[in-house]
Amino acid sequence: MEVLPARARAYVACVTAAALICLLPPPGAPTPWRAVALLAAVYAGCERLARSRLVAAPHPGGTFHPVLLAAAFLLPPSAAALVALPGALLLSVERRPYLTRRLWRGGQLVLAVWAASRVHLAAGGRDAVTDCDVPGALAAAGAAVAVFCLVLTLLDGGILALTAGVPPRGGRAGAPDAWWRLFLRSLVPLTVHGLAGLMMALLWRSPYGPVAALLVLLPMGVSWWAFAQYHRERAAHQATIRALVQAVDIKDGYTRGHSERVGRASMMIARELGMDDERVEVLRFAGILHDVGKLGVPTRLLTKNGPLTPEERRVIELHPEYGHEMVRGISFLGEARAAVLHHHERLDGSGYPYGLAGGQIPESARVVAVADAFDAMTSTRSYSRARPVPVALEELRRCAGTHFDPRMVGALVRAIGRAGWHPAVTADDVRSTAAPEPAAPVTDRPGARR
Amino acid sequence: MRPRLHTVVHLCAAVLAAGSLGTTLYNGVEERGAALAFGVLITVGELTRRNGTRIREAAPLAAAGALSYALLGETAGAPTRHGAAQVVTVVLAASLLGSVPHVGRGDSPTLDPPARRVLTVGCVAVCFQPLYNRGTLDDWGGPAHALLLLALLSLTALCDAVLAAALAHSRTGWPFLPLLRDELRSVPGIGAAVIATGAVMALGVAVVGLWALPVFSVPLLLAQLSYRRYAAVRATYRQTIASLARATEIAGYTPAGHARRVAALSRAVGRDLGLTEPELTVLEYAALMHDIGQLSLVDPVPAGATAVLPVPEQRRIALLGGAVVRQTGVDPRVAGIVEQQADPHPEQPLAARIVRVVNAYEEKSREGGPGGPLTALEELRLGTAEGYAPEVVEALARVLARNTEGA
Repeated sequence: MEVLPARARAYVACVTAAALICLLPPPGAPTPWRAVALLAAVYAGCERLARSRLVAAPHPGGTFHPVLLAAAFLLPPSAAALVALPGALLLSVERRPYLTRRLWRGGQLVLAVWAASRVHLAAGGRDAVTDCDVPGALAAAGAAVAVFCLVLTLLDGGILALTAGVPPRGGRAGAPDAWWRLFLRSLVPLTVHGLAGLMMALLWRSPYGPVAALLVLLPMGVSWWAFAQYHRERAAHQATIRALVQAVDIKDGYTRGHSERVGRASMMIARELGMDDERVEVLRFAGILHDVGKLGVPTRLLTKNGPLTPEERRVIELHPEYGHEMVRGISFLGEARAAVLHHHERLDGSGYPYGLAGGQIPESARVVAVADAFDAMTSTRSYSRARPVPVALEELRRCAGTHFDPRMVGALVRAIGRAGWHPAVTADDVRSTAAPEPAAPVTDRPGARR
Repeated sequence: MRPRLHTVVHLCAAVLAAGSLGTTLYNGVEERGAALAFGVLITVGELTRRNGTRIREAAPLAAAGALSYALLGETAGAPTRHGAAQVVTVVLAASLLGSVPHVGRGDSPTLDPPARRVLTVGCVAVCFQPLYNRGTLDDWGGPAHALLLLALLSLTALCDAVLAAALAHSRTGWPFLPLLRDELRSVPGIGAAVIATGAVMALGVAVVGLWALPVFSVPLLLAQLSYRRYAAVRATYRQTIASLARATEIAGYTPAGHARRVAALSRAVGRDLGLTEPELTVLEYAALMHDIGQLSLVDPVPAGATAVLPVPEQRRIALLGGAVVRQTGVDPRVAGIVEQQADPHPEQPLAARIVRVVNAYEEKSREGGPGGPLTALEELRLGTAEGYAPEVVEALARVLARNTEGA
């Protein structure tokens, strides 16, 4: 289904052509074939290893830039660019169109390495490396890494803009700001890779030779392995939390998907209020887990048709305390734990479990309360049909000040007015928003499904 | 009384340290610049130490810095003159200095890490420095020198793993071989990063001088950061699993703290039976969630005591629990153990036997009142025909005896 627009194809063709020109050795300069072959083999081998099942990385690719940067610091520009080629072309790609993606990966890396090597040469880095003049070598390497990063960002941004039809956009910020952030985000890891590349270059030129240089890759590989493990464990953790919620959904058949939707609405409110990413993520968990205490309520009561006796109502109203009891040991949830305990408090003090009023209610709980009520109104329950979104928002606005915090209600109204409400959205789509990938703009194009 | 192994090791380390200190004081410090730079590096590495996380090498930068100082033969092309005694002195002083804030913060100082550090660094320095200074290694120039350093460090890492396992064995009484296996398992990971950085730093300083220290420590710091994040997310995951396990307690199916106690005791029994660290993690998760199947029951089992139920009913609950665990995306082995916890013991994997025995012990000893634990153990011993694996019951008895001794 992934058909590239014609202009994107043309763009890839241009990049490939430019890369081919870069690969042409200048007349009269001999290419150091042995060094090129060794570095290219190391690069391709390392990338292959990173994709193997031994490591099973969630984000393959772009990991062994130290090898490429070392080549850029050691070899003439055209030879350095050649180092990236075998690894980029031969390794498998996961998605169609395969050939175009390979060409794209190769062309992009060749151009970036060539530019970095060119800049390094111009900044006098080669002499600094040979003379072991570390400050000079650091400065030249810094310039080369900045150019490497710049070329990658520009090429990446270009292809994103052409395939998605929009320039990369991060939240409400303007486009130049988003490009700048894209650049900065890749600059930090690339600086570390650049340092490692410089170390490799220094040792390569020393009497100890390539053997010592390759040792530098070991700590990089280990740290990268640990990072991959971190991602895997994090994904498993998220799956477990989702299972916790599914357990509630199974018990309480009418609220299927309710938790995920409340998580999403809480996240929208938090974003709208301008909270930082970490807090937004915590509030998403608060929304997802707010009803987890229902696990402790007998299923008979949760699924009961018809009115509840006061006794039964009291038992159900224990669920915030049960939920808090369950999640209080999970330290990363932070203020989400307070939200689980207090999401049924009302602004005028008529809620439960503690009857807190106004500012006594934690902010996180006020967010989740609004999100919870909104989703309860817009989805079908045993006791009521689903209401349309505008009616539900009107109802929320009516109760703002007595039940709900007007600030949160206003934020939800604004957020839904802008982005719409897509209750069918699954949790897997939401997850990627924690660390927005460059591909994120493709999925939340504004106004697509209003 | 026979001296314990860790006391002997501490004594050896103390003698080595005192001897080195005396020699250095007598001869004076050679090449103060290099000594200071490496000392600062080791101190910084110690300052970034985080104890308590389940990482083998808590201060990798300090370890790598110490090893590279022991292997330093040249600084920017000029041969060095410091001997093994000075290496040990500098490393010891810097390590102690770097651990001052940790002690000040109230972490109780442990003697094992500094003792191991002194012994391994002393061993490397004694092997390398005299030979190098005498010129015996002059034939090993260029790439061969790099490989020599690597081989020496790898050998030392192996010896250090043996030493660490022996220390843990002597301290806790856990079986030696599984401990050694756990120590060796970390060698390809952060251990390899430390070795490679140690060798590369020594070579880097030889080529470009002391500039190499800050530049060459960056990749290792990155590795340390990645490991720490990994450890943090694992800790969080544990907390989440424990919370999930408490769902049955909150729903009133099992008594408070039951899952946690079964998990802790299962872990101890598993360790006594020689399970490795990854296996222990699986066992712990399974023990935490062993009762989760009760959530699917309409009526709670009285006091959550599944051990007294008829066997078909026990197996039904176990299967329900396995189904819930399978959904959670935890390691599938955990679900398998939860499912098989009520099977007859010859058909069970070891972890499931452990969960079954420990669960039964926990339930029986709770009912039994003050004399409960002893009676419960006795009942399990007599009941080995009913599905309790005898070797696990014996391991449980050993663990309990050790706990009472220690208390």
